[in-house]
Amino acid sequence: MSIRTSAPSNYGQRKIIDSIMRSLTIVATLIAVVPLVLIIGYVTVIGGGAMSVDFFTKTYEPPSMNDGGFSLPADPIALPTADPSLPVDPNATADPFAGIDVGGVTGAGAVDGGVAVTGDGVQKGEDLSSKAQGGVLHAIVGTLLITGLALVFSVPIGILAAVFLAEYPANTIATVVRFCTDLLSGAPSIIAGVTAYILIVVQFKEFSGVAGAIALTFLMVPTITRTTEEVLKLVPESTREAALAMGAPTWYSTFTVVIPTAISGIVTGVMLAFARGAGETAPLILTVLGSNNLSFNLLQPIAALPLITYRYTESPFPGENTQAWGSAFILMMLVLVVNIAVRLATRNRLSGR
Amino acid sequence: MAQAQTTRGGLWERIERRTQHGDALFWGLTLFFALVVIGLVMAIGVVIYSDSALAREKFGWGFLFGTEWSPIDTDLAPASFGAWPAIRGTLFSAGIAVLLAAPIAVGIGIFLAELCPMRLRTLLSFMVELLAAIPSVIFGVWGVIVFVPFFTEHIATPISETFGESIPWLAGPVATGRGIIVTGCVLAIMILPTIAAITRDVLRLVPNTQREVLLAMGATRWEVIWLAVVPYSRAGIIGGIMLGLGRALGETMAATMLIGNSTRIEESLFAPGVTAASLVANELTNVNGPLHQSALVSIALVLFAITFILNLMARLLIWYVNRGAARGGR
Repeated sequence: MSIRTSAPSNYGQRKIIDSIMRSLTIVATLIAVVPLVLIIGYVTVIGGGAMSVDFFTKTYEPPSMNDGGFSLPADPIALPTADPSLPVDPNATADPFAGIDVGGVTGAGAVDGGVAVTGDGVQKGEDLSSKAQGGVLHAIVGTLLITGLALVFSVPIGILAAVFLAEYPANTIATVVRFCTDLLSGAPSIIAGVTAYILIVVQFKEFSGVAGAIALTFLMVPTITRTTEEVLKLVPESTREAALAMGAPTWYSTFTVVIPTAISGIVTGVMLAFARGAGETAPLILTVLGSNNLSFNLLQPIAALPLITYRYTESPFPGENTQAWGSAFILMMLVLVVNIAVRLATRNRLSGR
Repeated sequence: MAQAQTTRGGLWERIERRTQHGDALFWGLTLFFALVVIGLVMAIGVVIYSDSALAREKFGWGFLFGTEWSPIDTDLAPASFGAWPAIRGTLFSAGIAVLLAAPIAVGIGIFLAELCPMRLRTLLSFMVELLAAIPSVIFGVWGVIVFVPFFTEHIATPISETFGESIPWLAGPVATGRGIIVTGCVLAIMILPTIAAITRDVLRLVPNTQREVLLAMGATRWEVIWLAVVPYSRAGIIGGIMLGLGRALGETMAATMLIGNSTRIEESLFAPGVTAASLVANELTNVNGPLHQSALVSIALVLFAITFILNLMARLLIWYVNRGAARGGR
């Protein structure tokens, strides 16, 4: 190593290397912060601009209504009424333009009004884009239902598995379970989608919200288990011993003393899992498929915010682009609010100790 | 049974038995849900393995290197399923992502763990974690609408015009903008926080004596970091990079929206390609017969196996570092 030979003669050179490398780490940090700011900025400016009362209270309206020059698609999925006989054929529902003739899509009106992209930013068509077509109420409802059902599945599994890990830590099964949660949180989300697709969608020959919830369960369980185990381990041993000394059996002390002590941390984990689940897209493409109708039926294809973002980003219709960015904005706000709230809550708890 | 006894002792016995029962029940209940977690992993494994059987039996290992993916039977050629376009696209895009992200992320980790002022550290750490929390579909939208046009105009076109003739990997045309390199760039942003957070954590575990020795010898801050701190936690940093690689390999939405989804193999990395995850996401709901479905599930199986192995190795490395730190003390 160069330390021993580094006489004062090359001290200046070492100083320079030192400051160059230290500056480089600052540059590296800026490189990570810049995209974060850019992404949040773009989504806030474009997506935030789409926010209106209509956006939260209306459902999808087909683009032909105010673009002119198009005929209404004959496909029933484009109509804003709940249709129980929603097509099962993936081709029909996967492609929102299935019912629109190609001539209409390439019509001049759509291209002129489309979102024009330049290197500097996004300039919107003036008259059309300022008004979103309808809203995304159906997708908000769908996302809440799917993610809510996924929480119903994953909260008991996640919390009770974590209780097992915390109460019986030195155990072969516990080691295997820990490895499995690591594996689940590292596995690509599309894998969960494939599994739920084969298990549910292929089996019942129907895309459904339930299948989506099951796919999300695979992804939410590890988050809940990990955070819950961490906070349960933070509960002081003396607290447990106090309960046991009062004559309470282990199960009673766990449910009435240990879990209530750690409840804020457990809620934190559940909220993070909810935020993660709500933003997951890939598994939903394979299981939920999406829909343009307001529906509360989880046994059928149902709308979801990330699916709107995915499908309508490159739509030739500016109204649908607005829906895509608006949905992205809602999702991002959800993630930001949950993460900031969690951060503030945990900071208070730690400083309170 | 104790039901006939009404004495005080009998009651106590009953309560005692019941609470003991409660503990056994409690153990059984939590064990059950712990086993459910194992069951989830096994469900993935069993479903994907059994459903890929058809393709595995038909194609064998050659499936991995088949260069032709055309799921539709035509008069000219029968359907053929080769995984190589998807595997190639996955490896290249994830490889580019790791090459770009690893040095930057390690730099971030070093800054956050060693150099950053205490007040900034919390804020910057939080911002890096936030980057990890943003849903991937938002990276996709941003990539498609903002980053791809920028990249095409200011980076891809100049590079391919300058080097394209001599290096076929960088040849043009870059007209659509979609391609393997641009996907790799966005994936790099997405895996930065994974690697940076782990690097920061393992660097924090390095005992202070390690730093003090070099400082006492008159080393500069950077020499302390580079000669004492980083080598000490090398295994953990490599583990973090492997986890980042795992995330880049399996990332679906950004790849689906940015890579162009073309199963034709083109030499240029500016040209559109396909990744394993994006191929499955695009085609699984529209399969053309059971063999097509089985071939797609086989690709998912390959992806799962790769991420399984990567995770296993990364966890072992990180666990090894943590154990060393726990034993060595601070």
